[in-house]
Amino acid sequence: MEEAFAKLDIRKPENIVYKRTDLLVDRPLSYCPGCGHGVANRILMETIEEMGIQDKTIGISPVGCSVLAYDFMNIDMLGAAHGRAPALATAIKRLWPDHFVFTYQGDGDLAAIGTAETIHACNRGENITIIFINNAIYGMTGGQMAPTTLEGMRTATCPYGRDVKIMGNPLKITELISQLPGTYFVTRQSVHTPVNARRAKKAIRMAMENQKLNKGVSFVEIVSNCNSGWKMTPNQANKWMEENMFPFYPLGDLKVDGKLVEKK
Amino acid sequence: MTEEIIIAGFGGQGVLSMGKILAYSGVMQNKEVSWMPSYGPEMRGGTANVTVIISDERISSPILNEFDTAIILNQQSMDKFEKSVKKGGLLIYDPNGITRKPSRKDINIYSISATDKAGELGLSKIFNMIVLGGFLKMKPLVNPENIHKGLEKSLPKRHHNLIPENEKAIELGKSLLTPEQVL
Amino acid sequence: MGELRLMKGNEAVAEAAIRAGCDGYFGYPITPQSEILEYLMMAKPYETTGMVVLQAESEVASINMLYGGGGTGKMVMTSSSSPGISLMQEGITYMAGAELPALLVNVVRGGPGLGTIQPSQADYFQAVKGGGHGDYKLIVLAPASVQEMCDFVKLGFDLAFKYRNPAMILSDGAIGQMMEKVNLFDPIPRRTNEELISQCPWAATGKKKERDHIIITSLDLDPAGQEKVNLKLQAKYKQMEENEVRFEEIQCDDAEYLFVAFGLSARICQKSIELAREKGIKIGLFRPITLYPFPTKQIAALAKKVKGMLVVEMNAGQMIEDVRLSAGNQIKIEHYGRFGGIIPTPDEVVRALEQKIIGG
Repeated sequence: MEEAFAKLDIRKPENIVYKRTDLLVDRPLSYCPGCGHGVANRILMETIEEMGIQDKTIGISPVGCSVLAYDFMNIDMLGAAHGRAPALATAIKRLWPDHFVFTYQGDGDLAAIGTAETIHACNRGENITIIFINNAIYGMTGGQMAPTTLEGMRTATCPYGRDVKIMGNPLKITELISQLPGTYFVTRQSVHTPVNARRAKKAIRMAMENQKLNKGVSFVEIVSNCNSGWKMTPNQANKWMEENMFPFYPLGDLKVDGKLVEKK
Repeated sequence: MTEEIIIAGFGGQGVLSMGKILAYSGVMQNKEVSWMPSYGPEMRGGTANVTVIISDERISSPILNEFDTAIILNQQSMDKFEKSVKKGGLLIYDPNGITRKPSRKDINIYSISATDKAGELGLSKIFNMIVLGGFLKMKPLVNPENIHKGLEKSLPKRHHNLIPENEKAIELGKSLLTPEQVL
Repeated sequence: MGELRLMKGNEAVAEAAIRAGCDGYFGYPITPQSEILEYLMMAKPYETTGMVVLQAESEVASINMLYGGGGTGKMVMTSSSSPGISLMQEGITYMAGAELPALLVNVVRGGPGLGTIQPSQADYFQAVKGGGHGDYKLIVLAPASVQEMCDFVKLGFDLAFKYRNPAMILSDGAIGQMMEKVNLFDPIPRRTNEELISQCPWAATGKKKERDHIIITSLDLDPAGQEKVNLKLQAKYKQMEENEVRFEEIQCDDAEYLFVAFGLSARICQKSIELAREKGIKIGLFRPITLYPFPTKQIAALAKKVKGMLVVEMNAGQMIEDVRLSAGNQIKIEHYGRFGGIIPTPDEVVRALEQKIIGG
């Protein structure tokens, strides 16, 4: 009991080193322990809080693991049909040009069923932010092959590993997107370490700030893990991601201020 | 008064725009009107037709199986619509390109050599207005003032300088109309 | 008041949208309704009223743009023709489930499949029975003239917002393409964002301090919750059935027989009435204007007064099912239809009446 009171005593503003943002609803997340979604949700909401734009932000959640993101994000949100978030965002931004509009989508949503909406929203240069969580698998439905599943990688629908001769190649949609004149900022980040999470948050901040410039799509891919779907522990999953995902999906900016970043 | 008209010919002859000018003139004269075209790919070079109805009362069906007047501008349309003229009705046709003349004995038939005349004058674009003039001579449903307004409403502003020419063509058509069979 | 013009049905829809204070049109070209998007692009309302006009990459994108716009309380609409409307079904059921207002215009062409570009009424079932999945209803308005194409845009928006439900104008290629005299209503200014926020407290417009965050979704993973959603929808549909039935009766007072027809077929039947009455047949026309909610009670009452009904449709027999359900089986009710883009002529309708109802 004494200990508990002692804890309360140190809860003073000047002592706070970390606080859950008010823009995350106080309820348990539905994401698996160890999954990157939780951190991605948090840094996105922190960014909106820091920018002071909660009352002017409209978010769109997808179908997939983050289908319930609207339950966690304390902002006005719409749940889109599978893959259609960029179409919703297009209309909302055009109808509310002084609002901040983002989509939050997974790889199946953005790069398979919603490829047309993604490409055309990006190509039209809609003044929106797209957050793309790429974990190379369909987590929500039980770990099936995604468009971004790596060659040889095992999933429920490629149990012997992705054979590109039969199943086609993993899609580098972010590279593709970066080539479109309608995109202004395209970057690939991760959130599996504090350093990476800080970088990713900086990228999200830029992607949201860019909407004030009206220069086109800002696109932030976050390469993430899926320890449940990959059938690994969180630590194993992060290690596997570093060793296998990052070589194929290298981190860093692809396009800044409307200009492609030259590869070193 | 209700006048039910079919105008039929080739796409490009101005069949639809003739109908539109007639219909718009009707609107300006406070009539009820409908203009129902055949539409789609058949318009390009194939046959085109439009049903125009001008009436003092609310118009029932814009789609008809018989007509008070048929204005026929090619042979296919003659084959198709001669039989659709109501008994005692009116058929006006341009003999240009007609290989089989109308044969009905129970309708009024007039010809109008609008194609030849328009070619002679080098004014093929106002061919349809010559034909319209022929029709208006027989059925003066709308007065010249409202035809003028109809032309203004139907033609894009950049073509408004051509309105006097169109009006002259209508007058010319009235004089060109030739009776072939009058009941 | 108003303004008289000779317009195509499609053009009237476009002009009416601008005048009704529509906030956004999102669509994809398809014959026979492309004039709607063409007219809007020519009129450039984004420079005058501020209405957004966008050619989307597909009908799938169009309907989801409506979901986005409707979810934020904006007056949004799309238009298409049958194959395009089929593509939109997913978005339509999501919007019905999330209770979002929007106006859809279907300028129907003959099907199935790619079918034909000529007029048809074969999308009746799709429109009124729910073309997408789940128990939902659209408010369905069937215009029979270019004037109604114009007026139903405003009516459709009014009903869509009154009930927070998508409304559809179910027209056809002939009404879309034909020109008639239209009395255009005076322009209504678009709502300001402040007006929208006060009138649509349910809309996602950005979270305000004084209220909880708003979630627009059709998802409720808890079956008990989802059943509640369904019960709420059904209660709403009942309200529509009680309050929004619209129909027209023409020469029904002394009628021994009735045509029952909607849209273009109803126009044709009006001519058939003239022809039949010349022959001494006492016939009238009952025209449902709202196909959902359907004028069930009115048809039931008429069934007690007449000897028979001929349901005339440009399809293989769709609305006749609702007519029979309404009328019961005390009188003879038959169907006459043409399909695949063929429009019945007034005289063939009279022949069908004589053969199927009077003689039969």
